[in-house]
This record gives sequence, C-alpha cells and structure tokens, in this order.
Amino acid sequence: MDVLLGVGGSDDSLRALDWALRRVRSAGDSLTVAVVSNPESERSPEEMEEAVRERLDEADFEAEIRHVKGNPGSALVRLAEEEGFDELVLGGGEESPMGKIRMGNVSEYALLNSHVTVTLVR
Amino acid sequence: MSPGPTYPEEPADPFPAPPRTVEDGKDREIRFVALDEEVPERLVEMYVAFDPADRAQGVPPTGEGAIREWLSGLFAGGGYNIVAKHGERIVGHATLVPDTDEAYELAIFVVQGYQGAGIGTELIHTLLGYGQEEGVKKVWLTVERWNHAAKHLYEKVGFHESGTEAFEVEMTIRLR
Repeated sequence: MDVLLGVGGSDDSLRALDWALRRVRSAGDSLTVAVVSNPESERSPEEMEEAVRERLDEADFEAEIRHVKGNPGSALVRLAEEEGFDELVLGGGEESPMGKIRMGNVSEYALLNSHVTVTLVR
Repeated sequence: MSPGPTYPEEPADPFPAPPRTVEDGKDREIRFVALDEEVPERLVEMYVAFDPADRAQGVPPTGEGAIREWLSGLFAGGGYNIVAKHGERIVGHATLVPDTDEAYELAIFVVQGYQGAGIGTELIHTLLGYGQEEGVKKVWLTVERWNHAAKHLYEKVGFHESGTEAFEVEMTIRLR
C-alpha cells in the first residue's frame, strides 16, 4: 500500500512518524511524508523536514518528503485523494494537562472529509 | 495546550470553600472535602467501577493500573482536588490541574447512581471556592460539543465559551 503521512511541526507528528515507519517497514509498504506549514507550530517546515530526514536515515528507510502549501487539512486530504494513496496517517491528538485527548483541526478535518482511510496515531 | 482565547475580564463572585455538607436532590447528605496529599483508595474504587459510557475525551482511563497512574498525576502535580462523599463512599471528584500560564484545567466526574441530583454543580462550586482561597486566577475546561447537559451546567456556574474549533468546546472563567 501507499501510505501518506502528514506532519506539522509538533512532537505529535514525530510520534506519528515513528509509528508509521514501524508499520510500513513490517508491511513492506511505501511511505510519503507530507510536511504542512502551520505558522503556530513549534518547528518550521524546513526544521521539520530535517527532523524527518534524520529519523528516516536512522531507520535506513527511503521515503519521499514533500511540502504542502495552504490549509493543512484540506491540502493533505486532496493530495491523498488525487494521487491515489491508500491510507492517510496523522498524529491523533495531544493530551491536555489532565490527560484529555484533544484532537487538532487537521485531524478533525481529515476524519470528516477524507475518502481515503485515515489513521490517527495515539 | 492553554486556551489561546480569552478569559472574562471580570472575576466571578466568591464560591463556597470546603469542607461543606449539602443535601442533594435525593435527600442524601453529601460532604465535600479537599484532598491533596495522597490518592485515597476510595477514589481508585470509584474510578474502577466507573461506567466507560461516561468517559470524556479518554478520561478516566480504564483498568486499575492506568487509573492509579492517572490519579497520581492529578495529586502530585500541584493541583487541587475535591471529593463528594456519601458516608465513606466517594461518589464524585473534581480536579484542577495546573497548566502553563497560571491557568488550571478543570474536570469533574460523578458516579452513575448520583448523577442528576445537583452533586456536579456543588462539586464545581466547592472546587472553585477552594481555588479562589488558594489564589487560582484562571480556569479552563473542554467539553464535547454534543454534551449539552454538561455545557449547560458549566454555563450556569459562570463559564463562558472561548473556542469551538474542534470536537470539543473550550470554556473559561476568571476567579480573581
């Protein structure tokens, strides 16, 4: 299967990357990482690409890294649908100080709009 | 995870501080006390028996181990806890968990047989009174968008909606 992983600039995204890497390796799937730009996030898209590349190198796994412009949720869903990906993987929500799961806008948009199967990593 | 949105400018009126005893809507004497040192075994029991249908956004966790771990975080981190007791049994729990930016996150849980009798409202009042005593200024919470009963309760207490971007509604109150 062709798996598309969407990453923003948060630790949540890196956790999703680790999870996706384990999955695609054991299943023999291909992985494409789409870096979205979110002005509010901790890392810039360039810093994020570097962090992703580092992890891919560590895992000795080849994956295409792409940058996606515009609204992160709609851009990711469009990319997944238009290019025929089988699965869209996203960070599935951070936890509040007391441990409540809080779903971000991107995950919510993808869940409600994507015709491609969505996996949220917890 | 602190709310980006704003808090009301005016602080809320004083809330009653613990300990206090209130008769609930079913004529039961319920005692509200502050508990901040150790996790009481009775509270673990309450959450072990808690109906998963009443979970909100993944809390409380299920399974005794996860419940103990979650509770120890609520008690060790400099937060504030109020329990509602009927006799020796703990039938409700309200907590303020410190966040960054001097704000605290609030949540309440009432066991199934004691819901709908005003205990939740009294739990929040007492917790906010306790917070006021301890110098807490800002409190926020999230509630699932479709949970109208809970939203209504929080509004009645004095919370205002501050954001509705995701599946949950964010609400805030200023205590001081």
